[in-house]
Amino acid sequence: MKKYICEPCGYEYDPEVGDPDGGIEPGTPFEDLPEDWICPVCGLGKDVFIEA
Amino acid sequence: MNVVEVKKDIYSVGAVDWNVRSFHGYSTNSGATYNAYLIMDEKITLIDTVKAPFAKELLDRIREIVEPEKIDYIISNHVEMDHSGALPQVVKAAPNATVITSDPNGMKGLSAHYGKEIKYQTVKAGDTLEIGKRTLTFVATPMLHWPDNMVTYCPEDKILFSNDAFGQHYASNMRFDTQVNLDDVYREAKKYYANILMPYGAQARKALEIVKGLDMEVIAPSHGVIWTEHIGDILEKYEEFAGGGTKKKACIVYDSMWHSTEKMAFAVVEGFSKAGVGAHLYDLKDNHISDIMTDLLDAEYIAVGSPTLNSQMMPTVAGFLCYMKGLAPKKRKAIAFGSYGWGGQSIKQVYEALEGMGCQMLLDPIRQMYIPTDEDLKQVEETITSIIE
Repeated sequence: MKKYICEPCGYEYDPEVGDPDGGIEPGTPFEDLPEDWICPVCGLGKDVFIEA
Repeated sequence: MNVVEVKKDIYSVGAVDWNVRSFHGYSTNSGATYNAYLIMDEKITLIDTVKAPFAKELLDRIREIVEPEKIDYIISNHVEMDHSGALPQVVKAAPNATVITSDPNGMKGLSAHYGKEIKYQTVKAGDTLEIGKRTLTFVATPMLHWPDNMVTYCPEDKILFSNDAFGQHYASNMRFDTQVNLDDVYREAKKYYANILMPYGAQARKALEIVKGLDMEVIAPSHGVIWTEHIGDILEKYEEFAGGGTKKKACIVYDSMWHSTEKMAFAVVEGFSKAGVGAHLYDLKDNHISDIMTDLLDAEYIAVGSPTLNSQMMPTVAGFLCYMKGLAPKKRKAIAFGSYGWGGQSIKQVYEALEGMGCQMLLDPIRQMYIPTDEDLKQVEETITSIIE
């Protein structure tokens, strides 16, 4: 599974870790994140993420 | 003007802002400093600048050592204007200087503030810059607390120029931790962390691991005093802050119109007292939200009270909750309470706001129509005592 980086703040979404605080189970691919999921660091949306 | 030598040929040349009492809304009761450092090596290097109105103070201090036009490099560890505001004036006085900034976010930020005409050079994490006897290393610290943040390490002198990290809004003409009242400085360091860095605990933990691996004799932040003999202590405090752990204590935060919610707030305090838990009461009319957040940084419990005003919570309470949400303290135990006349919407609004921040709600909203009787207050007190583990 590919990792993605929030371009503005540098947060890396690692599908193996997920985003437990944001209700995202470990093992969730980036593509399967809900459309309203936001970067847990800077609060921006999926559209600003780029492939790591 | 006075200049202080931090290490041989490294000078503190920044400015003291004695009178600032609001730093973009954070109350700075002890004033502030904007620290900049000048390294006199083959390539003369300035690390950070100051807030724009203090450009003359910075340049005057630099002139005590060298003519600013001889500066070769200006390292911008952080774009925010308390560090970069004087950049246009410094660049004017030092026309040959190259501004070093992080790639890509420092570059993006500085050019958005000051245009693209300035001579920039970007650096990435781990890049080095040889300035003569010294080779400076750049360590990226993204989101501590902006995307562009970096710190600069000088291995030859064992100095970390840590920018905002380990900083304190504390005005003093003395520059070292050994020369000031440390209790005051630690209080301001905690307030700084709580109000500026709290949302970025994960990044802070990562950065601390890197920083702890450096051989350091001096940590020279961009605000407040320079750490020398107390490096171990401030690192320990940062581990504690960034760890996000809490102490068994409570913050009771409220506003009141006709003292009914206030009476409930006192009863909440008494409930914690009976349970043997330390509590601190904050009337939002008299206390600044940035002081409350300093206490909340390591408080396990938060109780928030608001009367209902025009179907809403009080604007002061909404302001506090908005501020708290942004600073995002994790895993707190919370209580919402308040008095009302007829609608009583505010108490649920407060409850939902706290719940929305991920707080564990200990009780249903505590609602009081009009004025609480002694019996009502006793009930509040007992309920609170009974739910504290």
